[in-house]
Amino acid sequence: MSNSFLIILGIITPLFAALFSYICRYNNNLRDSFGIIGGLVTFLISLKIFHGIQNNEIFQITFFTLFDGVDFTFKVSALGSIFSLVASSLWILASIYTIGYMRGAGEKNQTRFVIFYSIAIHAALAIAWSGNLLVLFIFYEILTFSTFPLVGHKQNAESQSAGRLYLSILVGTSLIFFLPAIFWIWLETGTLDFQDGGILINQFPAEYLSLLIAMLVFGIGKAAIMPIHRWLPAAMVAPTPVSALLHAVAVVKAGVFSFLVVIVYIVGPEFLLQTKSSDWLVWLACFTIMASSIIAITKDDLKARLAYSTISQLSYIILGAALASSLALKGASFHIITHALGKITLFFCAGAIYVTAHIKKVSELKGMGFKLPLIFFAYTLGALSIIGVPPFIGSWSKFYLIMGSIEREFIIVAIILGISSLLNIYYLLQPVVIGFTQNSRREVKLTKAPLTVWPPVITGLSCLIFFFYANYFLNNVSGVIVS
Amino acid sequence: MFNIFLDDAAALVVVLPLLISAIIAFMPSKIWPWIISLVTLVLHLVLSLHLLKEISISGLIIYEFGNWEPPWGISFKIDGVNIGLQLLFSIFVLISTFYSRKIFLSEIDSRDSGKAYSLWLLAIGSLNGIILTNDIFNLFVFLEISALASISLIALGAGQNRKALLAAFNYLIIGAIGATFYVIGVGFAYAMTGTLNMNDLVIQLAQYSDGQLAIFAGMSFMLIGLMVKAAIFPVHIWLPPAYSYAPSAVSTLLAALATKTILYFFVRLLYEVFIIYPSYLSLFLDFVLYPLSLLAIFIGTLIAIYQDDIKKLLAFSSIAQIGYITLAFSLKDHSGITSGFIHIFNHALIKGGLFMAVGYFAILYKDRVTLSSLRGFGYKYPITSFALLICGLSLIGLPLTNGFISKLYLFQALYTNQMYFSIALVAVSSALAVAYFWKIVEQMWFSEIKFKSEKEDAYIYLPIWIITVSIIFFGIYSSPIIEFSNLSADYLISGYQN
Repeated sequence: MSNSFLIILGIITPLFAALFSYICRYNNNLRDSFGIIGGLVTFLISLKIFHGIQNNEIFQITFFTLFDGVDFTFKVSALGSIFSLVASSLWILASIYTIGYMRGAGEKNQTRFVIFYSIAIHAALAIAWSGNLLVLFIFYEILTFSTFPLVGHKQNAESQSAGRLYLSILVGTSLIFFLPAIFWIWLETGTLDFQDGGILINQFPAEYLSLLIAMLVFGIGKAAIMPIHRWLPAAMVAPTPVSALLHAVAVVKAGVFSFLVVIVYIVGPEFLLQTKSSDWLVWLACFTIMASSIIAITKDDLKARLAYSTISQLSYIILGAALASSLALKGASFHIITHALGKITLFFCAGAIYVTAHIKKVSELKGMGFKLPLIFFAYTLGALSIIGVPPFIGSWSKFYLIMGSIEREFIIVAIILGISSLLNIYYLLQPVVIGFTQNSRREVKLTKAPLTVWPPVITGLSCLIFFFYANYFLNNVSGVIVS
Repeated sequence: MFNIFLDDAAALVVVLPLLISAIIAFMPSKIWPWIISLVTLVLHLVLSLHLLKEISISGLIIYEFGNWEPPWGISFKIDGVNIGLQLLFSIFVLISTFYSRKIFLSEIDSRDSGKAYSLWLLAIGSLNGIILTNDIFNLFVFLEISALASISLIALGAGQNRKALLAAFNYLIIGAIGATFYVIGVGFAYAMTGTLNMNDLVIQLAQYSDGQLAIFAGMSFMLIGLMVKAAIFPVHIWLPPAYSYAPSAVSTLLAALATKTILYFFVRLLYEVFIIYPSYLSLFLDFVLYPLSLLAIFIGTLIAIYQDDIKKLLAFSSIAQIGYITLAFSLKDHSGITSGFIHIFNHALIKGGLFMAVGYFAILYKDRVTLSSLRGFGYKYPITSFALLICGLSLIGLPLTNGFISKLYLFQALYTNQMYFSIALVAVSSALAVAYFWKIVEQMWFSEIKFKSEKEDAYIYLPIWIITVSIIFFGIYSSPIIEFSNLSADYLISGYQN
């Protein structure tokens, strides 16, 4: 199979999954199976591309020219191969989980849900493999629009206003900052292609680079840096499979991925290190890390707490990109994988607890640990990975980030990362502690939903296992950053 | 024989619709006026294509009526500036005429069909005259014919809503004031130079190279008159009611073409004639047109956000979009004029498509289309709704639609002129456009009410989809529009440099 064909196949498979789900909308089992099949196919393709990239193969396909110097083109970068692998592999598990959750929670409009879910994955894959900034932007917008129906899924007043907030922040920032930034880059350089080492050096006025970085980081609202983070907690009204795959993996990772790609392939780390234009962003990222951790502590709603935790973790990646040293970039890229695995586990667990025990609040979890041992086991694994305890995969990315900040002589940043880990311990492990304390007197009726229990166990265990195989991913990651 | 016909193509594109309009005026039949109009406009398109062929060979056609030589007789001029617009005009009127039949049948008394199509062709012929004429007084004549035809067409909407009469009357009065201003300006120019022909006017005006108060007064009168007619903020107040209470087919025609043709003449007058007074021109562009454009963009968008009536919403959005065009034209360089023309083309398609789709909803709903009345339409009428969605995304200016190309070139033009404040304003207002458009989408697809899909009329959704597909086509393959716009700018700018 030729390389360009693989790309096309990978990108359209989720669309076919959506189409077949629609055709088979009257047969629930058949309809929901296409998510799993689509996940398997895209996973295999992503894996093949991932290996191809390791062997320095080129995956590229160009369709047509949009305007001078900008084609509609896909070209898989090393960074993209990582993101697509994460998104597609987790899509399989999330599809299985979705079946258990949606039926267990008795949600309506399941067909529409499955369809837009697949379209969102399509957009995420296309973002991962896009060959230039405009193609990335196109699918960035498609991702926003395709997740809107998922956020507003319940169609009550609360989800409607959450959907509006979600859309207005994401589309608004992208049109006000991101697109003008893209135009600016194009006007200065005449191209938008991703190239190793960036395209801006010697082309872009260095004194305006800080402004451009600001337009990009605030324009890519999906990266959820403060103060553009309000949409993420709002989006938690969506059913949990959305929060799990989209708002812990596909959407938010698309955001930080876009920013990382811009830093690595457009601005160029070298240019950034010369001009130090992103040093201010280091502090903003640190602020976001601390502030959202503190907010997370105050949240009693488990999903809201996880949402703020996500905001804080996303800023780790932005921090890595802003530091722009090779170790920091390595850590930031790797954090895409580690945080995805950890956070999807936590969200899966939160949803599983809701479906089986109908509990949303941390304070109501008393004694649930004994009743739902598997879920709490998986949750603990995920939480430990995010905190960054060895031997969990999350410890690697945190290690590289701290090393990166020391390399750039931002000692305070290293300290902040340490403090943030302590806060993580508090707000992520608190539910576990509460779960295994005294049995509450309240009787809780448990509903069985095995399909929601096993996916988090698998992702949780993989957080542990992949610690020992981190080099497998790190090879690709360090291939990215040749500086 | 056909050759004789083609020799006079430049005159016939205007005369033919005017002539046929007189013939069908008293036809009692319901369907024949439509068929005859359609045939006429197919011929019209053939003639336009012939003109395109001629222009690609010779580059310039001056058609002298009755063989009277230019300074004395009336002449039409076709060159690189207007040939693109002529083609767009020809194609769009054909599509909208095809679309109009079912709409007219349900919105006006079927016995009035002949009258309606007579007015329709009258409007088309006179608007086309505005594109071609090379004579400032002849322009006034066409302005008046088109205004009277449009007003009568708008008044036909009275069968649906009596407010159409008020809207038509408003347009009549304000339009007449605009036309009067224009004709006073023409009077000044004639008194000073003794000519009405635009080419000759440039030569004659050159003798007053240091400027004369009378000439500046005349120019100002002409420009203000045209601004009223082109609905440039703040003299736009006739437009929203006129577009929204007219029969839907009429709104489509007017929104897509009427203001565009006048804007074209406006820019031609600026850069071909008034250019000989650079200081006056830059005074007008920098201190009148530029700030007014920014205000139009911002205020038009903001008002659109608070509209409940969809046709009014689209009309206010038109005010903002006209603002984009005049903003581009106020830049005084090649990139600005190019991007203005690009947006004339693209916005004609976008707004035409939107008004067509909403017009269809109006006759399906049998009442004014408000936000709440669109509830669930996405499920009920999926084909039309989807077209509306694509046109709307193009209005916002997302990539892969032609609206994006407009925005790209506008940004480029503003950037080369270092107008960063305007860039920021345009970016913000395009984001605000999401707000008013998304309210529509939300009602159509994401409200509680669900319907089974109903059958839609292919006669209506076919033309809508032709426009929609062209919106995507020109978003991907934008070079035809860009080349035509470049050509227009080349011709106008060459005058600027001489």
